Amino acid sequence: MRLPDILRFARDAATGYPMRTSLSVLAMSIGVAAVVILTALGDGARRYVVGQFSSLGTNLVIVLPGRSGTGGFNPANAITSTPRDLTIDDAAALLRAPGVRRVAPLAVGTSEISVAGRLREVMVAGTTASYFPIRNFELGQGSALPEEDWGRGSSVAVIGNKIREELFGSAPAIGQLVRVGDRRLRVVGVLKPVGQGLGMNTDELVIVPVSLAQALFNSNTLFRILIESKSREAIPESRDQVMEILKQGHRGEEDVTVITQDAVLATFDKLLGALTLAVAGIAAISLAVAGILVMNVMLVAVTQRTGEIGLLKALGATSNTIRLAFLAEAAMLSSLGALLGYLLGEAGAFALRQAFPVFPAYPPDWAVIAGLGTALGTGLLFGVMPARRAAQMDPVQALMKH
Amino acid sequence: MALIELKGIARTFQLGDTTVNALADLNLQIDAGEYVAVMGPSGSGKSTLLNLLGLLDRPNAGSYLLEGRDVTTLSPDEQAKVRSTRIGFVFQSFHLVPRLSAAENIALPMTLAGIPAAERGRRVAQALKDFGLENRADHRPDQLSGGQRQRVAIARATIMQPALILADEPTGNLDRHTGEEVVRLLEALNGRGVTLVVVTHDQTLGARAHRQLMMEDGRLQHDSALSG
Ligand SMILES: Nc1ncnc2c1ncn2[C@@H]1O[C@H](COP(=O)(O)OP(=O)(O)OP(=O)(O)O)[C@@H](O)[C@H]1O
Ligand SMILES: [Mg+2]
Repeated sequence: MRLPDILRFARDAATGYPMRTSLSVLAMSIGVAAVVILTALGDGARRYVVGQFSSLGTNLVIVLPGRSGTGGFNPANAITSTPRDLTIDDAAALLRAPGVRRVAPLAVGTSEISVAGRLREVMVAGTTASYFPIRNFELGQGSALPEEDWGRGSSVAVIGNKIREELFGSAPAIGQLVRVGDRRLRVVGVLKPVGQGLGMNTDELVIVPVSLAQALFNSNTLFRILIESKSREAIPESRDQVMEILKQGHRGEEDVTVITQDAVLATFDKLLGALTLAVAGIAAISLAVAGILVMNVMLVAVTQRTGEIGLLKALGATSNTIRLAFLAEAAMLSSLGALLGYLLGEAGAFALRQAFPVFPAYPPDWAVIAGLGTALGTGLLFGVMPARRAAQMDPVQALMKH
Repeated sequence: MALIELKGIARTFQLGDTTVNALADLNLQIDAGEYVAVMGPSGSGKSTLLNLLGLLDRPNAGSYLLEGRDVTTLSPDEQAKVRSTRIGFVFQSFHLVPRLSAAENIALPMTLAGIPAAERGRRVAQALKDFGLENRADHRPDQLSGGQRQRVAIARATIMQPALILADEPTGNLDRHTGEEVVRLLEALNGRGVTLVVVTHDQTLGARAHRQLMMEDGRLQHDSALSG
């Protein structure tokens, strides 16, 4: 039998039983669509969280006061009492470390901000000019904190966009004086609006020079020291250098915790990788179910058509011809189903992205390939297996089923 | 040389504990161009014999020479080739493929044999004309009358120009008049040299054949060629 004839015969056979054909195509496409959508969800969640963490800054090494047992990321560190405080001098000393590019001390507290009678509570971050590049903060108006001696603390402030809206409305904010606590500060910059992220919401933040913040809160301790390493590769080295320098400054005591963003990211990445895998597992099950459906439909099809197979044999068809005809039909059904399912899945992922724009719900390539591969594989296998058996039947036996 | 030569053919079926001897120690010769009617009571083995002759079934014992070649030892695919080129079947219940048109059903043996489409088209057009089906070419079997269906089946059986046509009760599902018509078509083929073996219950139809075989209990009880 010639190839075009086999294909035409298979196509006619498929369209000759529309119910059966649409059932198997439907089963197949639902399976593939489930894989695509579910993995897009899982992987989207993973990418979303990784993205949020990356936006905290790149190549970040963070020093926390106090010693943590594991050295890993432990949110409890943020609130434990500190045996020895971190100081501005500690932060300045870290600039000596060869692997370090930038250092920003960070003191945090709450205060009140007011202008022309309007007053509200705000989070105040005391830091230096290098904090902005380390955290990838972008300015909507004006400039960042001035480069100056860390001990000087000029009376300036950079405010978040929401604060600007509330205090100034549509009036210009740059150059205006605001009152923060008992200080009068000049607004030099406004941060670009970013909305809610994983870190603190910078839209409602006021950033002032670190020594000014310490005076404001009447303390000389730091909440964190943020360090940007020269490169990703230099992170472990910087971490060790930072630890060493701080140990020297604290009379040989390791009373600080140094965490790298990498470790945090890796933990979350692992967690979310597991999530994606779990989602892929669910998807694989739906695909298996689709496969079994296709198998049943095909089995019924071959049983239904045993008589036809017998007739074809009586008319001189070899078993090879019969196998090929069924293979072609199974291939058509499963590729159509797989293609349809893929389109359906991509449409679903697209709809998800439309509904949740911050959520990068793209199916990963491996999932698409695995989904299509499994669908085609099961479709072909289960399409051909019963046909093989039928092809081996005695013609007279098959004919009697007509 | 005989077209068909059966020696000591036996065909048994196992039904649970009992063995059914559908054919037993059958010896038979049919020459090329003969017109043979196979008759006998129901269950006497007529269809079994025809299936063996058509290589749709294998005997449990004995040898079958078709055109001098032992065909019982051939592989399934070699047998398929013999069926494709040398044998045409006509069944009582037509056995047309319901989703294919009359023309496509007639072309099916050629399609399976890999004959090019142009050649197929030419031969099908001729066959449609020969069997008076010109304006039924695109009809599917369920849009045809019984007589038309059987004519399509006969056209299909002859399209590969076989040496042997096997018909198992070809008129069984037709009324007297259409049956007559179908028999005349088959006889016309025989007139052009095709060997024709017809299984029938109909005495008058059987009498029209040049040779009658009477079967009983899987044995050849009477052969008109031997008794003269
Ligand atoms: N596949 C089978 N399995 C078991 N027994 C069978 C099978 N095919 C035929 N037989 C038996 O073999 C015997 C001969 O059957 P066959 O079909 O050849 O009869 P027949 O002469 O064609 O009868 P009818 O005139 O009713 O068509 C019968 O007893 C039948 O029951
Ligand atoms: Mg019979």
